[in-house]
Amino acid sequence: MYEFKFHRPTTVRQAAGLLARQEEAKLLAGGHTLIPTMKLRLAGPKHIIDMSQIEGLSGIEVKGRSLVIGAFTRHDEVATSSIVKENIPALAELASLIGDPAVRHRGTIGGSVANNDPNADYPAACLGLGATIVTNKRRIPSDDFFKGLFETALEPDEIIVRFQFPKVNKAAYVKFPNPASRFALVGVFVSKRGSDIRVAVTGAGSNGVFRVTAFEEALKKRFGVKSLEGLTVPVDGMSSDIHGSAEYRAHLVGVLARRAVAAATA
Amino acid sequence: MTAVAMTVNGKAVTGDVDPRTLLVQFLREHLRLTGTHVGCDTSQCGACVVHIDGKAAKSCTTFAWQVQGANITTIEGLAEPNGPLHPMQEAFRENHALQCGYCTPGMIMSAVDIVWRKGNDLDENTIRHELEGNICRCTGYHNIVKAIAAGAKAMEKSPMAKTA
Ligand SMILES: Cc1cc2nc3c(=O)[nH]c(=O)nc-3n(C[C@H](O)[C@H](O)[C@H](O)COP(=O)(O)OP(=O)(O)OC[C@H]3O[C@@H](n4cnc5c(N)ncnc54)[C@H](O)[C@@H]3O)c2cc1C
Ligand code: FES
Ligand code: FES
Repeated sequence: MYEFKFHRPTTVRQAAGLLARQEEAKLLAGGHTLIPTMKLRLAGPKHIIDMSQIEGLSGIEVKGRSLVIGAFTRHDEVATSSIVKENIPALAELASLIGDPAVRHRGTIGGSVANNDPNADYPAACLGLGATIVTNKRRIPSDDFFKGLFETALEPDEIIVRFQFPKVNKAAYVKFPNPASRFALVGVFVSKRGSDIRVAVTGAGSNGVFRVTAFEEALKKRFGVKSLEGLTVPVDGMSSDIHGSAEYRAHLVGVLARRAVAAATA
Repeated sequence: MTAVAMTVNGKAVTGDVDPRTLLVQFLREHLRLTGTHVGCDTSQCGACVVHIDGKAAKSCTTFAWQVQGANITTIEGLAEPNGPLHPMQEAFRENHALQCGYCTPGMIMSAVDIVWRKGNDLDENTIRHELEGNICRCTGYHNIVKAIAAGAKAMEKSPMAKTA
């Protein structure tokens, strides 16, 4: 690992100041992406800005028609929260499928979404529920947030503070985990809020998480498994690696989308 | 260098370490508590699992300074020195749940955490799902799963099995 200095600010403003001022600075949340990457020398920040001492960044509450989750909220807290289970059970289910129990005790939602790993689970929930990502500077609709592999709309000194997930009528997440890493080989999140239908896919796209508008249009006519019968996504644009070919992933998208709709309407 | 202070197995400890020092290195190399193992470089094997404030976590994926002030329990702290084994340790012994023993400290620390979260009556499916973060290269898991089910039951009756 390369050498670094660390800082433990107590407010978001201080953290943002450090990010802007210090050269090659990086935020540290749960550390379950950043520390492994540093161990492999794939990242070598000179300054680490630990978020754990900042008040008010974790917690779960209902505000009006949204479920609000602080950026530093750990996966296990989302997975076991009675508020999440009551309001958006699919989100609690998704969090319970991330990695393993020890990873869920440390990793945070903010870290996962900021990292935007193409095989991560939370990006599918953000896009699949139409979440709003609230930073220290602005409110970013999830449709404008995910920009490609490990790329987001975040500016270098921008910090995610919380997430607003609109309450939906129906939602489900179905994941086909990579048997070794537990990350999603493919994962599909579907939701229905009035006439707003969303189908978001993680793990499959060569450019990261994406929405399947053809599936959404079909589900607008009737939100049921039958509406997706015979529908597929183009193989072009799917990623391909030792874990699965583009054809295989395209096939899984169709299968998992039908299973997700079945689960959401069960 | 940076000063760290925490409680390990009930004892206050301090150290002056390079900021890069991982919790597992602090435990093994500074405190000489070598029961916690390192089995991988990728945060996947679980040989390094300890309890941080009563929750299972990978000590290879946590800097020592991140747990400033925290309560850490390692495999050495589950039972009293020279006293009887913790019921989960005893269950691993009884059920022949180890061969080389490399994964065992992490397995046991994860197992105790599973019981705290999921209760004393664990079915095979739950145990297997909950063990996703612990890899064993020897046993094929069958006896580990049996041991955890038995240890979970034994913990119900044991005064040693309270939450951290
Ligand atoms: C063994 C293992 C298995 C895993 N399996 C899965 C899985 O199945 N599915 C899955 O989705 N993930 C998985 N993960 C990743 C895990 O969910 C991580 O916890 C998560 O990706 C990163 O969150 P973190 O809080 O640990 O972030 P960190 O590692 O602390 O940070 C990650 C990145 O985000 C930045 N960052 C953190 N917080 C913020 C913020 N609030 N605002 C702006 N930037 C921020 C950091 O600077 C850093 O660049 C796994 C990890 C491991 C080690
Ligand atoms: S050594 Fe920590 S997970 Fe392998
Ligand atoms: S007993 Fe050898 S690794 Fe598990």
